[in-house]
Amino acid sequence: MELTKIQQKMLDGESGEAVAQSMEILVALGKIYGADGMVPVSSAQIAGVSYKTIGQAGLEYLSDLAGKKAKVRIPTFLNPAGMDRDQWQKMGVPADFAKKQIEVLDAFSSMGITMSCTCTPYYIGIRPKVGEHVAWAESSAVSFCNSVLGARTNREGGPSALAAAICGFTPNFGYHLDEKRKCGLLVDVRVPLKTNADFGALGAWAGPLAKHRNPAFIGISKNVSGQLEDRLKALGAAMAASGSVALFNIKGITPEYNVAEDAEKVVFGSEELIASKKSLNSADSPPQLIAIGCPHASLDEIKEVAEKVKGKKMAHKLWVCTARETKKKADKAGYTAIIEAAGGLVVADTCMVVCPLKEAGFGCTATNSGKAGKYLASLQNQKVVYGDVEDILCK
Amino acid sequence: MQIKGRSISRGIGRGEVLLCKEAISFLGDIDPKTGICVAPKHAIEGKCIAGKVLVFPQGRGSTVGSYVILQLAKNNKAPAAMVNLEAEPIIAVGAIISKIPMVDKLEKDPLTFLKDGQKVKVDGEKGTLSFD
Repeated sequence: MELTKIQQKMLDGESGEAVAQSMEILVALGKIYGADGMVPVSSAQIAGVSYKTIGQAGLEYLSDLAGKKAKVRIPTFLNPAGMDRDQWQKMGVPADFAKKQIEVLDAFSSMGITMSCTCTPYYIGIRPKVGEHVAWAESSAVSFCNSVLGARTNREGGPSALAAAICGFTPNFGYHLDEKRKCGLLVDVRVPLKTNADFGALGAWAGPLAKHRNPAFIGISKNVSGQLEDRLKALGAAMAASGSVALFNIKGITPEYNVAEDAEKVVFGSEELIASKKSLNSADSPPQLIAIGCPHASLDEIKEVAEKVKGKKMAHKLWVCTARETKKKADKAGYTAIIEAAGGLVVADTCMVVCPLKEAGFGCTATNSGKAGKYLASLQNQKVVYGDVEDILCK
Repeated sequence: MQIKGRSISRGIGRGEVLLCKEAISFLGDIDPKTGICVAPKHAIEGKCIAGKVLVFPQGRGSTVGSYVILQLAKNNKAPAAMVNLEAEPIIAVGAIISKIPMVDKLEKDPLTFLKDGQKVKVDGEKGTLSFD
């Protein structure tokens, strides 16, 4: 692996301990994955933000790094935290958890990182261009970035994304290279897909099938309900959670469509759609919480919920999870007030996957997200009701 | 005798070898307060990794494992050095942020030619393992 003179000096400690340690991480990862050198990145997105995920060990790591005066050199954004910074008490988050979560956020903030706390940086103006190199960590954001935007990122871990942010580059391997961006699985979709729950069900089905290959799709129409980008987000998120897909192509939709000649071909029809939705359902009782916004809801998705609950009183708790920036727009448009009047909350900074859901008193959650469907069951120990927004709001 | 490998994390560490033929998930398998392997039926169940040259195939499991290695170091229960057959990011990052010397890809399989309790030196800068 070749380093430039400047990079070698950074590794040798000329720019301080935090930079040297970050360089050491990037060099080690480059060696492990056979990178030829470093590639400059224009932004970074850091995962491992929720205290629920990283615990005391992670907090100590971040505090140490902040203590070494670490600073990021490129625009750097955060993944969701374990709570809404303003409304954590309304969510039922315990006070001792909130204290630790604030310490985590303070450590990031002291490094110069934007407190965006979202898995959808592309909804708040961070949209790298086709071919641009970045270092993003959250799995659904990685998938959206590679697939829908056509920019280039590996699935970074918490420390590696932070190291890239501190140094301004990342080892050049994996999805930064053309040869890793070819698709080796071709899915022929023979059923109309309209809603997030449809696209999430396709993703939950295709993720495990893809294994180490990038999947490509034919037969997906641009004619969906709502915004196409929101649906592609749901598809990528579910594939990243059920498999480890970081890049997909859709014929006629994504900027890249590059399928290997020997790609395996599979069919996704109405039977597969029904079976996949069924497999995401594990509840035999009504939900205690309806959680929408995994990945974080767009303004259009918040509007959809507001229109459906307008003038109603919800029988169960309802959270619509989103980025703080998006919530501000929803406040302005009046959607937040409508949802609150129905007994719901528009929750910023966090989501149902990374907040302490059990501790907040929930055991059964309804969602329209294929990703949340997977993680609510495995990470949050929830019974899951899976369906379209319309269905789960009426449960 | 000196065996060449690849440098992963800098520094020099000396200690007695603790061989482990199974992959380790530091989150869950190792108690960060004591350095003892608490995973039932694990190849090194009940053994303490503190101060040892821990030789194992590679890491597995949660990426939070990197942070658990740092906690071990803060509690003075970290290994003196680590040797992997082939490093992966969880252990490599954990070693670097905790300043634990680490090498991998030795020219000879360390799990067969090293013995438990043998005194060795790991040079993370040169990427070597040596013993008398």
